[in-house]
This record gives sequence, structure tokens and C-alpha cells, in this order.
Amino acid sequence: MILQVKQLKKYFSTGKSFFGKSRGTVHAVDDISFEVAAGETLGIVGESGCGKTTAARLLMRLIEPDEGEVLLEGRRIGGAQGGMSLTEARRRMQMVFQDSYASLNPRLPIEASIAFGPMVHGVAEREALKRSRDLLARVGLEPSRFAARYSHELSGGQRQRVNIARALALQPRVVILDEAVSALDKSVEAQVLNLLLDLKTEFGLTYLFISHDLNVVRYMSDRVMVMYLGKIAEIGPVESIYRETGHPYTRALLSAMPTLDPDRRTTEPPLAGDPPNPIDPPPGCRFRARCAYAESVCERIDPADAVGHSGHLIACHMSIPRSGHTRQGLAQ
Amino acid sequence: MSAVVDAIQLAPAAAAHGYWRSVFSRLTRDKVALTFFSILVLIFVAAIFAPLIAPSDPYASSILNRLKPIGTPGHLLGTDELGRDMLTRLIYGGRLSLLMGLAPVVLAFAVGSFLGITAGFVGGRVNTAIMRTVDVFYAFPSVLLAVAISGALGAGIVNALVSLTIVFIPPIARVAESVTTQVRSLDFVEAARASGAGAPTIIRVHIIGNVLGPIFIYATSLISVCMILASGLSFLGLGTKPPQPEWGLMLNTLRTAIFQNPWVAALPGMMIFAVSICFNLLSDGVRQAMDVTR
Amino acid sequence: MLAFVIRRLAYVIPISLAVSAVCFALVFLAPGDPLSAVMPADASADLVEKLKVDYGFDKPIPVQFGKWVWRALHGDLGMSLATGRPVNSEIARAISNTFVLAFFACSIGFTLGLVLGTVAGYFHGTWIDKTVTAIAVTGVSVPHYWLGMVLVIVFAVLYPVLPAMGMGAGGSAEWAWDWEHIRFVILPAATLSVIPTSIIARTVRALVADILQREFVIALIAKGLTDRGVFLHVVKNAAPTALAVMGVQLGYLLGGSILVETVFSWPGTGFLLNVAIFQRDLPLLQGTILFLAMFFVLLNVLVDILQTFVDPRIRRT
Repeated sequence: MILQVKQLKKYFSTGKSFFGKSRGTVHAVDDISFEVAAGETLGIVGESGCGKTTAARLLMRLIEPDEGEVLLEGRRIGGAQGGMSLTEARRRMQMVFQDSYASLNPRLPIEASIAFGPMVHGVAEREALKRSRDLLARVGLEPSRFAARYSHELSGGQRQRVNIARALALQPRVVILDEAVSALDKSVEAQVLNLLLDLKTEFGLTYLFISHDLNVVRYMSDRVMVMYLGKIAEIGPVESIYRETGHPYTRALLSAMPTLDPDRRTTEPPLAGDPPNPIDPPPGCRFRARCAYAESVCERIDPADAVGHSGHLIACHMSIPRSGHTRQGLAQ
Repeated sequence: MSAVVDAIQLAPAAAAHGYWRSVFSRLTRDKVALTFFSILVLIFVAAIFAPLIAPSDPYASSILNRLKPIGTPGHLLGTDELGRDMLTRLIYGGRLSLLMGLAPVVLAFAVGSFLGITAGFVGGRVNTAIMRTVDVFYAFPSVLLAVAISGALGAGIVNALVSLTIVFIPPIARVAESVTTQVRSLDFVEAARASGAGAPTIIRVHIIGNVLGPIFIYATSLISVCMILASGLSFLGLGTKPPQPEWGLMLNTLRTAIFQNPWVAALPGMMIFAVSICFNLLSDGVRQAMDVTR
Repeated sequence: MLAFVIRRLAYVIPISLAVSAVCFALVFLAPGDPLSAVMPADASADLVEKLKVDYGFDKPIPVQFGKWVWRALHGDLGMSLATGRPVNSEIARAISNTFVLAFFACSIGFTLGLVLGTVAGYFHGTWIDKTVTAIAVTGVSVPHYWLGMVLVIVFAVLYPVLPAMGMGAGGSAEWAWDWEHIRFVILPAATLSVIPTSIIARTVRALVADILQREFVIALIAKGLTDRGVFLHVVKNAAPTALAVMGVQLGYLLGGSILVETVFSWPGTGFLLNVAIFQRDLPLLQGTILFLAMFFVLLNVLVDILQTFVDPRIRRT
């Protein structure tokens, strides 16, 4: 296990006036735990506001968690005696952001943007620039034409390649891709995705692939984690998730994917109820307000992850043995 | 490795341009800005080379020659209330007036940027401490603050410079803080943090370059205000002291002469007006040139 | 909503304290020791002692500040060195004159500014627009004290139709709403109104032009909204910002009045400041600055609060 996340929590308080109203708390990431094996791609999906971007930033320590710990290669990030310092962690884990333009300093030529990371960690400028140009070639941008360009002179797809090169400059083992292809046109997206797969093989990387596009996630991932309102709804091998879905939310997401296949008709009831309010969530299962199968047990007890079938964890009472739910065991 | 060639690598026809080069080329094509820039350069050069250009001694007074009209032989623009040649005093006056119009803004730019960038980058309590202090001074109308500080300190060039610098630090600091906060929240700064860089490195490499531009533009828009304010202080007797040639002071001493020789009395103000308008239009032109490129 | 108002009012207290601290500190900026700065030259030994106790010069500075604030709250701003009268009575007389001047300057400035700005915005891009912009730029670049002098030259020296200075015939210090007095206010008010007019015109022009080309307006016109309807929309959307700018300009008038009042010998607070500077009359200077600054602060708060009523987007919880 190259990456282990244990009981990660991050709450934000929404400030209110000091007359009357209490401060609400946004449970952005609420006690999530998962593991990622070396060399695999974990896809993370969920609607906007489910906490996946916050989780990514927590892993990168761009935000400080309120509780919980992250272990990289078995060592606790930020932990004393035997733990891993932040500087070390930054060398081993990198991130590619969604907005390709905002991710690059418009004042720097792109080779300088890529070389910045290594230079921070002590690599000499000439060596760093050389590495930068090598990486540009690797991601398909010919150095002699692109190295001295500025970000506003590149297209979206080219910029994202630069961002990938920048992430790889520190020779990390884990790369978090936060909606890295979401802003690209479809044809460009396909090229960048294939580039990512090639790089993964060549450099032996581990990916955390965050996206809201279920097709892309299926294409890229070995395992998939579904998040809802700061908690994990379901996590398991990709084909398991897509074919033997356990959680009603995942099923609703999948059924909402448009398809021309007449054999795949929508047989599940659509999502009911209102979109969730991440501030001060009610007790019990987070999803029950929109779930067609919610019952009283869902209101009282928040379903912890249970062992579903074959390494596939589902946070739903219908999949938990002896939960008291009338449809327990009828997970299909 | 499979083919990783980007088939859509459309190379733009032009080679990579430096940012400032494009700003400069845009500026040189703006006729209005160029015209007023030339006028400004003219006035500057005249002020700097005053001893070489001016026809006579700015301090040479002659009671007999008081308030001669414009066009008097030997005194192209007439004489002032003490018989001194107006043309000479106007040219020499440029030195002090321009100094007092520019120096406070330059100083305020340095100090204000430092305060604002620090506040914007560090955030939290440091930000609150700095910005609330700045806000207190910002709560005064600028003329009032300048008059208050100068009034307390007394007349004199240095006192006036101090007073004006204090007046212009708050607006610049506010702009600096605002811009820095915006830039700091952009992804490339996050990416720099994610690379493990420390605060000084991030500020140096990523923040300063992106932040000084807007602050600079804003500061240039303050120059004309500062010129008018500086001359205004001299007009009130709080800046330069007689017999130094300075446009605001000259307006003051010539005021009583408007019934006898109104045209001469109005001349120094004309100069202030001219310089002020030049700076305004130039600042507008620079702002436009820098905007389009972004 | 109410919470916001209360919060905004509460904010006034620390800022007022800080502003008064700055005013208080002025005394220490002046060369020489603070006592001599507030003492008339021919003061008797008794007076010196009394002042020492009143101002607390032997006590630590925070105590002095506290005493000063306490006295100020009771209306006691010290004694003017030049006239020997209490500062607050000097201010009281002067402020009404400045208000008269400001009233006229505001009326001209706001009306003209709004009209010019709206017209320029409606005819965005045409010669009308360019003319208004040129006027606005000129207005902001011109030194208003010089403009005052020029107006005096034109209207009082070259073509003597209006008086050059003062507030009434024979150096009168009492205002009355008759032509005898109004003819004295025309030139100073015109001078003072130039900058507000320019800034308001510029702001309103940008606002109107922006609103007119926003999509929702185009959509409304496509649906058949009349010109009058469009105009009302423009007004509603431009009003908050326009009001804010006007409020700030009103505050500017208080500060800017000093120069204009000096040129025209208009017996207002600006002129008072001039006297204070000329005579090195620190109590008068301090008191007047404090009064004007506090007025400005309260005015800003008022404008802020009014804005929340006019612009629903600013309603903060």
C-alpha cells in the first residue's frame, strides 16, 4: 500500500453575524479512510461539493486536516520519529489541477515553470532546465519550439501537458489528477488520457484520478471510490462498481449516464428529494433524503463501511448483514 | 511508448514574445499617449537643464520691474510681484514642483507595496493588523490629512514630502493587498506550494511579477493628484518657502496681483494643469496598453 | 440586515478612536514641546498651570489622550490661540458657511454629473461620449484652486459681474438666502463642483454604458420594453454605485473646501484651517481637523448603510 488515509476530517465554519445565528459547519470531508496500492489508479467520483477536491488538497497538505492521518509509503506525513517531513512528501506526491491556465504563472516561460520544483529542492538551474526540456519532449511538446513559450501562447491541451510535466519534474511516485481533463475538448481529452496511461507505465506511477465524468473514470481506473457529502459511499474494483453496483447513489449516477444502448434502460427510480446541504448534515445516512429506499434504520444509524462482496465496500444498510433494513441482501 | 505526438500542435506564427515588449509596442502606437508623453519629457528636460535654458536668475528681483505684462522685451512671460522673470521662474519651478509631485508617490509605492503584499500574502492576523492601521489613515480625506500633518509639522519641503507620502501610502497598500490576495489564491501559487517552496521563494518568483504591474498602474494614476496636492500645500504656505521657485507657491504670492496683471498671475497654475493632464492621459494609456495583452 | 447595520455602526467606534488618536498625535508632531503649542504667547503663570492640569501634560500619554477625548465629547476643543475664543464656537460659525457652499457645489455637481454621465453612457462611442470624457479628464486634472483664480480673473477682474471674494457685501459673515448673498457663492461653488462633476460623470457613464449592453437589457428590448422602461432599469441598476460615489464626493468637498475657501476668502471651516496654519494655532487646527474627520467617517457609514437599502446584492448577514 503506497498511500493510506485514515479517518481524515476537515470541517469549515461558515461565519455568521454575531447576533443570534450560530456558526454553521460544512462537513467537507467527514471521516474517510481508504488505501491505494502501488501502481494502481484509484478513480474518485462524486457530484460537486462531495468533498473530492478538498480530499485531494488534504492529501497534498495544501490544507491542514482537522483530524486523521495520511501515510505515504507507510510513513506518516508530518509525523515525528519515522514520519515523513512535508518537504519529502512533496517530492513523492504531486498534483495536476483542473484549470490549466490558472495553474501556470503567466510571467514565466513554461520551462521555468517546470524547472521551479526541482530548483526548490536544490537541483542546479542548468540541470533543472535540462530535466524540464526532457519532460516536455516526453509529454509530446517539442522543447525547441515550446520551452521558451508563455502559457497564454498555448492551447488548453498543451497547457495541461505542461502541468503534467511539471508534476513529474519532482519524480514523484503518486500523482493526484484533480479534474485534470475536465476542461478540455473531447478529442484533446482522449490524447491527454492516453499520455497519462503511457507515463504511468513508463515511470511506474500511482494515480488518484478525480473526475465527475464516469466514462473517463471507468477508462482510466483500476478501482473506484464514490463520494457523497464528504463521506465514502462505495469503493471497489472498477468493473464491480459499474456492473454490480451496491449503493443507490452510485446506481443513480450510472443510470443518469446517457447511452444509446437499448438494452440499458433506466430501471431504477431517479434521485428523489432536494440536493443536499453540506452545512450541518442531519444524523444517519447522508443520502437518505434522496434515496428511494430510505427507512427508519437509515435515519438512526450512519452505515459504516461493511464488507460487501470481494473487496467491494458499500456504505448502505441494504448491503450490511443484519442491519434491520427490509431490503437487506437484495443489493441488486 | 506509443505515439505521444500531439497532432494539433498548431504553432502560432509569431515567435514567443516577452510581455513588456508587447506592452511597449502597443504604447508606441497610441498617438494620444505619445503626444502627452513628449510634452512631459519636454517639461522634464527643461526643468533638469534649467540653468542652461532659463534666460535669467530666478531670484533676481527688481521693484521697478514689478508685474510687467506678457511680451515685455526681455521678459517673455512678464515678471512677478517682486520683478523676477516669470519664464525663468516657471522653468526653475518645474524642478521643485515635479519633485514634490513624484517623490511622494515613488516612496508611497515602495512602502505601500511592501505593506500590502505582506498583508495579502500572509493573511490572518498580520493582514488584519496592517490593513486596519492603513484604514485609519484612509478614513481621512486626503487633502485634510495632508493639511493636518503639514500643518502640525510646519512648512518646508521635507515636511511636505513626509506628509504627502503618508497620505498616499494607504490607497497603494489597499490595492497591493487586494491584488496579492487574488493572485495568492490562483492555482499556480498552490502548485508552487505543492512543490515544497517556501514563502520567500514563492513571493519572489510567483507573486511579485504578477502583482507589481497593477499596483504600478494604480500608482501612476496618483501622480497627477499628488502634483496638485503638493502645489496646493505650497499654495497654502505649507510646502516650499519663499523665495524658492515652485508653481504652487508662485500662485500664492501672485494671488494678490490678479487685479493688476491677471495673465501673469495665472501662469503657474497653467503649468500645474498641463503636467497633471499629461500624467493622467499617460497613465490611462499605460493602463490600456497593459490590459489588452492580458 | 439589522445586524449588518448595527455591526457597521459598531465599527465606527474603533475607527473614531483611531482617527482621534491621529488628531491627538498632531500636537506631538509640531516642533517644540506640546505645551507651548497650545499656549498663547502671553500666557500668565496661572494659565500655564491651569493648562498643564487640564491637558495633563505631566501624566502619561494614554491619560492625556483620554482626557482630551473626554473633553472633546463634551464639546470642549480647547481655546484658539489666534482669537482667544473657544474652538468649538469658531467651528460652529464656520461650518454653517461651509455647508452652504457645499450645498450649492453638490447641487451643481450631482445634477450636472448625472446628466452628463447618463447622456454619455446612452450615446456610448459617439462624439458626445468623447466630449464628456474629455471634459471629465480635464476636470480631474485641473488644480481647483487655480481654476478658482481663473474664474475670479474672468468674472471679477476682466468682466466684473461677480464678486471676487467673501460671503457677502462688506465682508459679511452671516448667510442669507437672497441674491445679495447668492452672487457671492456662485464662483466658489462652481469651482468646488468641478471635481465631483467629473468623477460622477465618469462613473455614471461607465455604469450606464455597461448596463445598456448587458444581455438582460438586450433581452428586455427584444421583448418590447419601451425606452422609458429601459431607462428605469438603468436607473435602478446604476443607483447604488452612483450613490456611493456621490457620498464619497460629499466627503471630498469637506476636505477640498480648504483650498477653494482660501481663494475666495469664504469664511468656512477651510478658511478656518488656513487661519490656523498661518497663525500656528494648533488647538484650532486640531479641533477643526477632528471635527471634519469625524464628520467624514460618519458620512461614510451613512452612505454604506444607505447602499444596503438600495442594492439588494450587498445585503450581508
